[in-house]
Amino acid sequence: MSDLEVQAELASRPGHAAPTRRFGAAETVAGILALFLVVSAVAPQFLAPGDPLAIDPLSAFQPPNGAHAFGTDESGRDLYTRVVHGTQYSLVIGVAATAIGLGLGVVLGTLAGMLGRVVDFTVNRFLEVLFAFPGLLLALLFIVIFGPGVATATIAVGLSTAPGYARIIRAQLITVRSAAFVEAATALGRSRWQILWRHILPNTLAPLFVLATLGIGQAIVWAATLSYLGLGAEPPTAEWGAMLSAGRTYITSAWWMSFFPGLFIVLTAVTATVLGRSIDRRMRHI
Amino acid sequence: MNNGNSGGAAAALTVSNLRVGFGGAEPVIRGVSFTIAPGECLAIVGESGSGKSVTARSLLGLAGANARITADRLELDGQSVLDLTDRAWRARRGKDIGLVMQDALVSLDPLRPIGREIADSLRLHTSLGAAARARRVLELLDAVGLPDPRLQVHKLSGQLSGGERQRALIAAAIALDPPVLIADEPTTALDVTVQAQILMLLEEITRAGTAVLMISHDLAVVSRLAHRVAVMHDGLLVETGSAGQVLHAPRAEQTRRMVAAIPADRPRGTRLSPADAHRRSGTPDGTPLFRTPGTVESTVESAVESAVALEAIGLTQTFRRPDGSRQLAVDNVSFTLHRGTTLGIVGESGSGKTTTARLLLALLPPEHGEVQVFGQPWSAASEKSRRTLRASVGAIYQDALGSFDPRWNVAEILADALGVRHSRRTSHHPARLATLLDEVGLAATTLHRRPLELSGGQRQRVGIARALAGRPKILVCDEPVSSLDVSVQAQVLDLLDDVQREHGLSLVFISHDLGVVQHVSDQIAVMRAGRIVEIGPAASVFAAPQHAYSAQLLAAVPRLPARPPPGRKTPFGEKDPIG
Repeated sequence: MSDLEVQAELASRPGHAAPTRRFGAAETVAGILALFLVVSAVAPQFLAPGDPLAIDPLSAFQPPNGAHAFGTDESGRDLYTRVVHGTQYSLVIGVAATAIGLGLGVVLGTLAGMLGRVVDFTVNRFLEVLFAFPGLLLALLFIVIFGPGVATATIAVGLSTAPGYARIIRAQLITVRSAAFVEAATALGRSRWQILWRHILPNTLAPLFVLATLGIGQAIVWAATLSYLGLGAEPPTAEWGAMLSAGRTYITSAWWMSFFPGLFIVLTAVTATVLGRSIDRRMRHI
Repeated sequence: MNNGNSGGAAAALTVSNLRVGFGGAEPVIRGVSFTIAPGECLAIVGESGSGKSVTARSLLGLAGANARITADRLELDGQSVLDLTDRAWRARRGKDIGLVMQDALVSLDPLRPIGREIADSLRLHTSLGAAARARRVLELLDAVGLPDPRLQVHKLSGQLSGGERQRALIAAAIALDPPVLIADEPTTALDVTVQAQILMLLEEITRAGTAVLMISHDLAVVSRLAHRVAVMHDGLLVETGSAGQVLHAPRAEQTRRMVAAIPADRPRGTRLSPADAHRRSGTPDGTPLFRTPGTVESTVESAVESAVALEAIGLTQTFRRPDGSRQLAVDNVSFTLHRGTTLGIVGESGSGKTTTARLLLALLPPEHGEVQVFGQPWSAASEKSRRTLRASVGAIYQDALGSFDPRWNVAEILADALGVRHSRRTSHHPARLATLLDEVGLAATTLHRRPLELSGGQRQRVGIARALAGRPKILVCDEPVSSLDVSVQAQVLDLLDDVQREHGLSLVFISHDLGVVQHVSDQIAVMRAGRIVEIGPAASVFAAPQHAYSAQLLAAVPRLPARPPPGRKTPFGEKDPIG
């Protein structure tokens, strides 16, 4: 196609006409779920006005019914209220842990990618040591040292995801660093810092944003796992992992006690993953 | 060479009213007809997107699963090949019709020795035993002029040079003596001297009785080989005729434009593209973006500054090989670029041209030697002190797309180069952006586009606009038109000529294409293996090359014959054993 034809063709398209793609069914469902989860996290009273900790021994172990949509637990607490209020914990832990992992990853990866061979070597060996442990084991190790709790569980999950992010950032940095447009910026007279700030970092981190969305789902599952093992949130707290753990004792008689927290862990993780992939696809198509 | 199953004087390939479409869209090929006789070479010439490759692939049944192919006749060696099944095609490919593709590196399996690759078709289509196959492979490699076939059969494609790979690919294509051979841009990725050898090989194959269909974008290359030339444009053959007639008395508008766009043998300053449709006179708001040369200020400046814009003194650069030894990439290169002139640097791949460009741009500190800009230290200065001077040295790259930050649109790229703050959200663009776009003949609508959405020519125009943004006095252009179609190349060369004249720029123009270099340069430096083997005024280098290599390079340049030749005898370059 000649320049003229392309120009004519482009001129005929209005504004920033990037081909708009419709949302698929999975994306629509994930979007609605995400909306529900965010509302549950920000304003749980809006969806479940009750108190998640209020006990009512008379109505203990009720299966799902009109009054209690998800049933009640051993102390008669409404499971629906608890699950909705528990969203807060899971989402905050998931996002915070991913942020910690990503932050550490950016620092380590940037050090390795930008500061020459000695630093690169040192950081790489350190990352390899971390990689030698399964992520969850690393998190357990951290909790053993610093004691259980929501804060330590969050940091522990963040720590265990950091090496993966650091590796990706380092590889991406090395690719971007030697890209032709970085050389072109040097030829335009840009300083090292300007180039790092305006070209290298944005092009390194943009693909990571997608990865982080995917990572949130994983972090939520890990955080729930730690709570289930009794290393995160303490039992009376309305946290999904802790609720799951409490329900385990009664799993043969009161399946709903573990089913609904478990369902929400899975749904949240799937939602984060579907949205992450959807963003990824869209970013690639721009 | 022909195995003789073509009946008498019948055409080896008959195509009548071929139409090819993809999916539900309008046909891409809209009724193409031609025939090729045994021992004849027909060349289909066209620009990218004209449909020439789709045509070639349709003849092999390789146009793709969603291609709708219709034709009144599509006959290979007298037999209809329309609506063949995949299985029937497989039986014919290689045996009845051979294909030579452009990029031998990706066309050959990188993990198999070329001998095995060539033996494949023998194994599939003949009953030859292993020993007989091995003999035949050696014969074939010998026939395509690969030196030392016994040694080469065991090599992987990655261990061969570009020319050797192309020869191996041709050997595989002619292994079964197909009556028809399709060569799709067979020499496009090759250096000129190697290109000349491959063309000579194809000529021999034609002479031996094979019908050759050659696909190319380059009229000059085609003129060496083809008996007849068909010019393709937008899915139609706009003109078909003998090579001499098409090249010297083109009838179709598209052919005339293509012939006019060939830069070789056209003196400096002649326009290559038709009246430039893109350029509008005057700036939108009347503010001049650049100081016009000749104002009081600049005359004072030029009196103070030296007449030398850029000087390279004994530049030397080596690279570490994988085995640890060091290889000279640039070897004691010295030259002087005078104000307002163009120095063309020409050489084949690996001659050190791009390394020289990077040294000139001070993107790489030279191991020895020095670059000076307007008599001031440039390569020897610190990056910090050089930074203020960088605005006066602009750069234009071959891969324009790769030289832009993929996240930015044109407005952001140019605003950045101008040093203007600019946000993607605003629809209001600084006036200087519009002026700059106008300067390179791009419409204002381009501002919102990302480089990825632009055509090759438009990308290079944005690249030139970016280089001009800093009001440079020197432009270093590294293969600026090498990835462009001839007509787009003509527009970009004309544009460079315009901006040079308007702003009194000094240019270093690096290219592998002697024709282009000849058209744009005042001075020419010929590089080989990192050295400048000859440097001098363009006219004298082309008229009377002093160095043997320059002479060889010049002889190998494909150019249109001066007048319709009596036969098709054209002098080929000396056969180079490196091949």
